[in-house]
Amino acid sequence: MNNPQLNKHGELQHLLTIEGLPVRILRDILDHAATFLDATEKHEIRKLPLLQGKSIFNVFFEDSTRTRTTFEIAAKRLSADVVNLNIGSSSTSKGETLLDTVDNLCAMHADMFVVRHSSSGAAHLIARHVAPNIHVINAGDGRHAHPTQALLDMYTIRHYKKEFHNLRVAIVGDILHSRVARSQIHALTTLGVPEVRVIAPKTLLPSMVENLGVRVFHDMAEGLKDVDVVLMLRLQNERMQGGSLPSEQEYFKDYGLTEAKLAYAKSDAIVMHPGPMNRGIEIESSVADGPQSVILSQVTFGIAVRMAVMSMLAGNK
Amino acid sequence: MKIHIKNGRLIDPKNNLDAQQDIYIAERRILSIGKAPADFVADQEIDATGLIVIPGLMDIAARLREPGYEYKATLESEMTAAVAGGVTSLACPPDTDPPLDEPGLVEMLKHRARSLNQCRVFPVGALTKGLAGAEITEMNELTEAGCKAFSQADEALTNTRVMMRAMQYAATFDYRVWLRPQDSYLAKNGVAHDGEVAARLGLPTIPVIAETIALDTALQLARETDVILHICRISSAEAVEMIREAKHEGLKVTCDASINHVHLTDMDLGFFDANCHLVPPLRGQRDKEALRAGLLDGTIDAICSNHSPVDDDAKQLPFAEAESGATGLELLLPLVLKWAEQEKVPLLDALARVTIKPAQLLGQKMGHLSVGAHADICMFDPTTSWTVEPAALKSQGKNTPFNGYEMQGRVRYTLLDGQLVFQQ
Repeated sequence: MNNPQLNKHGELQHLLTIEGLPVRILRDILDHAATFLDATEKHEIRKLPLLQGKSIFNVFFEDSTRTRTTFEIAAKRLSADVVNLNIGSSSTSKGETLLDTVDNLCAMHADMFVVRHSSSGAAHLIARHVAPNIHVINAGDGRHAHPTQALLDMYTIRHYKKEFHNLRVAIVGDILHSRVARSQIHALTTLGVPEVRVIAPKTLLPSMVENLGVRVFHDMAEGLKDVDVVLMLRLQNERMQGGSLPSEQEYFKDYGLTEAKLAYAKSDAIVMHPGPMNRGIEIESSVADGPQSVILSQVTFGIAVRMAVMSMLAGNK
Repeated sequence: MKIHIKNGRLIDPKNNLDAQQDIYIAERRILSIGKAPADFVADQEIDATGLIVIPGLMDIAARLREPGYEYKATLESEMTAAVAGGVTSLACPPDTDPPLDEPGLVEMLKHRARSLNQCRVFPVGALTKGLAGAEITEMNELTEAGCKAFSQADEALTNTRVMMRAMQYAATFDYRVWLRPQDSYLAKNGVAHDGEVAARLGLPTIPVIAETIALDTALQLARETDVILHICRISSAEAVEMIREAKHEGLKVTCDASINHVHLTDMDLGFFDANCHLVPPLRGQRDKEALRAGLLDGTIDAICSNHSPVDDDAKQLPFAEAESGATGLELLLPLVLKWAEQEKVPLLDALARVTIKPAQLLGQKMGHLSVGAHADICMFDPTTSWTVEPAALKSQGKNTPFNGYEMQGRVRYTLLDGQLVFQQ
């Protein structure tokens, strides 16, 4: 099966999922991101001309403020023209199909699409459909993938832990419905993290999740023992209605990250969260704002990582 | 019209015949096999040298989309596809719009089909009104109108009391009940087999237990009601084993599998190929192997195409939103041949699954090449290779997971009731 993300020279054509990406590309993205971070943070260069004249369309079929904003900032720092489209759920009521929308935007000379959609595989569908000179970045599709989130998480881990090959990483929460978790798992295993753990009740785990290369835990004390990195996931409110969980309170009691539970991890373990956080549901405020939390760094790094992805897709080495 | 089919290799599973013999047709029926009847002067001779001559295929699950879904397909388009695939009889599920729950609708469908004179259509009536699972249909009236079995198609029948009553009522008159087992709660919103592929792709799943729980219910009710039960489209290794045991026990149960599931697994979803969005979902490798084993030992009686033409727009969507289904009438025969070759199944046995066996499931004395039988005949060239190109398919539905596959075996002539309805 051809990897739809790479062109025939093995370069990144689209960023749709972490799965199947060679480790050299992941490292390339992280290295590029480091350069951009250096430029924007240390040297206070606010704008780079790398995407001058390019049009980037942020097409969000599912609401998101944060991810869209960070993509917008990243694109603008690269001097691209950015168009934001919040299509939400209204497009279907107007009768326009996903690919109709995409065709229309192509006709407006888009160079790159940043797409978020509630259905798994939407970004792949668009990538298959567009002309070869157009690039697609998946900003989250259903439960499937959220590659830039995973990349910024990897950047953050590398920033604080330097290496991947000696780490123990735990992902905590709703793995089943999480595109972030899937992308994190692929990124961690690709980058050579020897032990990736998932911690969740059985109702929030996909069957055969262990085949993705993770160890499964249902208990926080066991699962967090001696880990270097704790990746928390956001718990969606719908999980209560679907019969997956009895209540937020019970979830917090068993799986919420408290100072007491964090104490099972290594003393220098870092705590991460893709945001937006549900304080008091998946994470205690004292942990979210505590010394081990690197959650705000993630946001800063996220812009650099997205700049790196966009610039690589546009052909800047 | 008198037809002489000469020099072909006849394969007729029912009569256990595999030999080079000529067929003589007169008055729409097979007049003689082997020896020319006295004074027989053919109006038409068909030279079947190099061809295999078999009974016209019977496909027990082919959606024609009429009434109600003519934008997906019409009787004209799908019956043309059927005979191009050597299919001369088909059973169509009742999930049309409106569903086949009234005699008038069934009569109209039969009438439309008859006037097109391409392929025999055996409607499967709705088991419950509107397929809603609440009230049973007028099965006697529907039978009089032409229904050969009763089914819920892919609609759920969650109310077990209604299911029992429907079976009791059907059993009273020896009507056949066809069910596709799926627990609607466990399958809710699911689009893929609950395995590693769905875990990776983040697709909502339909676990195997959705099939086995519903199958267990159906089998227990069949045991209780003594109904003639046919289980449609089994997909899992566990279901094959349950049917095997039920048959061993002596239950009047039969089952079929779709040819898609004989050849494909969830791995074929690749990067969200919506052509592989099928009902039931494509399952794992061990399920596929169990289906093949079930075919070999006779647990699975018949193979169908589960032909479900879908319009392109409905497929050009993200996987879960794309409509399920694939076109299949024109691919059934080559895919059965492919399976037979892969599993070293003799053609006599393999072809039985798409001729005499399905005919028996419908209670029809058809699907064979006996003297006196209706001359429904398919002749195919077993050596011709061809590539599946959607645009070249006659079906209005162009979506198939076998897009680009190499097939071997191509239909050359199809006769329906002694008349040539297809040739190429």
